[in-house]
Amino acid sequence: MQKKRVVFNYPPHVVEQPVISKLVKEFDLTVNILRARISPKEEGRLVLEITGKRQALEAGIHYIRELGVEIQSLAQDVKWHEDRCTHCTACISACPPRALDVNRQTMEVSFNRDKCIACEACIPVCPYQAMEILF
Amino acid sequence: MAKSIEEINEKIKKGKAVVLTAEEIIDFAAERGVKKASQEVDVVTTGTFGPMCSSGAYFNVGHSKPRIKLGGGKTYLNDVPVYTGLAAVDFFLGATAMPEDDPRNKIYPGKFSYGGAHVIEELIAGKDVRLTATAYGTDCYPRKTLETFISLKDMNEAILFNMRNAYQNYNVAVNLSDRVIYTYMGVLQPKMGNANYCSAGQLSPLLNDPYYKTIGIGTRIFLGGGIGYVVGNGTQHNPNVARTEKGVPKMPAGTLAVKGDLKLMTPKWLRGTSFTGYGVTLTVGIGIPIPILDEEILRYTLVKDEEIWAQVVDYSESYPQCVPGSLGEVNYKQLKSGKITVQGKEIPTSGLSSYLKAREIATILKEWIEAGKFFLTQPVELLPSVDSGIVFKPLKERPIKKR
Ligand code: SF4
Ligand code: SF4
Repeated sequence: MQKKRVVFNYPPHVVEQPVISKLVKEFDLTVNILRARISPKEEGRLVLEITGKRQALEAGIHYIRELGVEIQSLAQDVKWHEDRCTHCTACISACPPRALDVNRQTMEVSFNRDKCIACEACIPVCPYQAMEILF
Repeated sequence: MAKSIEEINEKIKKGKAVVLTAEEIIDFAAERGVKKASQEVDVVTTGTFGPMCSSGAYFNVGHSKPRIKLGGGKTYLNDVPVYTGLAAVDFFLGATAMPEDDPRNKIYPGKFSYGGAHVIEELIAGKDVRLTATAYGTDCYPRKTLETFISLKDMNEAILFNMRNAYQNYNVAVNLSDRVIYTYMGVLQPKMGNANYCSAGQLSPLLNDPYYKTIGIGTRIFLGGGIGYVVGNGTQHNPNVARTEKGVPKMPAGTLAVKGDLKLMTPKWLRGTSFTGYGVTLTVGIGIPIPILDEEILRYTLVKDEEIWAQVVDYSESYPQCVPGSLGEVNYKQLKSGKITVQGKEIPTSGLSSYLKAREIATILKEWIEAGKFFLTQPVELLPSVDSGIVFKPLKERPIKKR
């Protein structure tokens, strides 16, 4: 089993299609929708966590790409500007999956991309504009 | 045997001074014993890096040709208004000032992404800012408008002047209401969903000299990455609060007013800061050396996080309505562990003051002293302490009758 966190960018013509249900039924994947947004121009943007067998996962993603959906891995969209971070820890209790975490010995803050679900909870909490989400 | 500041400075000059940070001294004294440690150690360095709203800077920008009198008109740096009620080309920029067209909290919660503190950060980063002004014009200052780029090196003086910094201890903020609130203590989740604290604890300057026995007017300090001075007690300085047996205040107490040359400072240690729904502030790095003159003074610097207690205060009702009262007492060891228990409920904690950076400041100051680059000063006068009779007053409103 493999797990992948991805961002789907839908062009308008795909928004109408039952993409997710096809991923579930035909490729036997588990799809967890972390965030969804459809813009006024009917372009869609989904943040998903997809779980399944490695081959099925690859095939599923290939199928989605063929439809014209642009796929990025989630990490590219969330930025921790380390140079702006003061290690104040204000974000630590706000980050649900503990993607932002602190070493209690040194009190140094770190960001683990793989755990981030792009929930944006850290954005209003960080006083130093150190977190940025391009979504 | 007591030491004097002159003796310590003599040792610094010879490169022989023994300097430890307020964190290192704890284990050192535990190993050597307090008496020996007080003889061996000359200086303990402290540090803090947190948001401090009562900060600002004054500038003299030089005279334009023809001359302009900024006072009485309006002057801005990058659209942020400055205070000009002074001579022709002197003005004061407050850290919390913001552009007139900032929506504030009209779109709630406001972002407050740019203000006076950010202008200060950009200036010390060496950037050009826009100086714009309108004036009424006089016979000796005829000019009425001014629009120019200016940078720190163009100015005659650029002085950071903070009237209240380095609070000795602070509240722990929680929210008892059932909606999210946006405060100067950060975003607080409903029903005590989180707790925010703001002190460097065992590294914090005034917590290592709780009765102000060494810090006073003229104390030379690390300020914003450069050198500054304590110019007196800060506003709201309140030494007469409940203290532990060892003298550590259990709530906000003493404060410092400080100044320093902005041209010597670096943006790493003076940061523009935006509190969602609240406003702009400046995060200031301060480090203060404590001369170990005798055993008593050393003892104060041994304070540990678990010996520093703070009050948990509700910021949804108690704080805004000025209702005194605390929901409980917690110490900084608990706060730094990531969770505290208040009235039986376990609450995750977050800091606003960076302990990592506080340690870095104490370490830099230690290195400056070891390298013979920084000497201690004898304060001209110590700060008012518990015998001063200071009472911290609320505003007593006396209604103005309309005629
Ligand atoms: S976006 Fe959410 S999960 Fe990612 S770092 Fe911020 S708070 Fe954590
Ligand atoms: S709130 Fe911002 S500055 Fe503070 S630790 Fe988190 S990312 Fe860093």
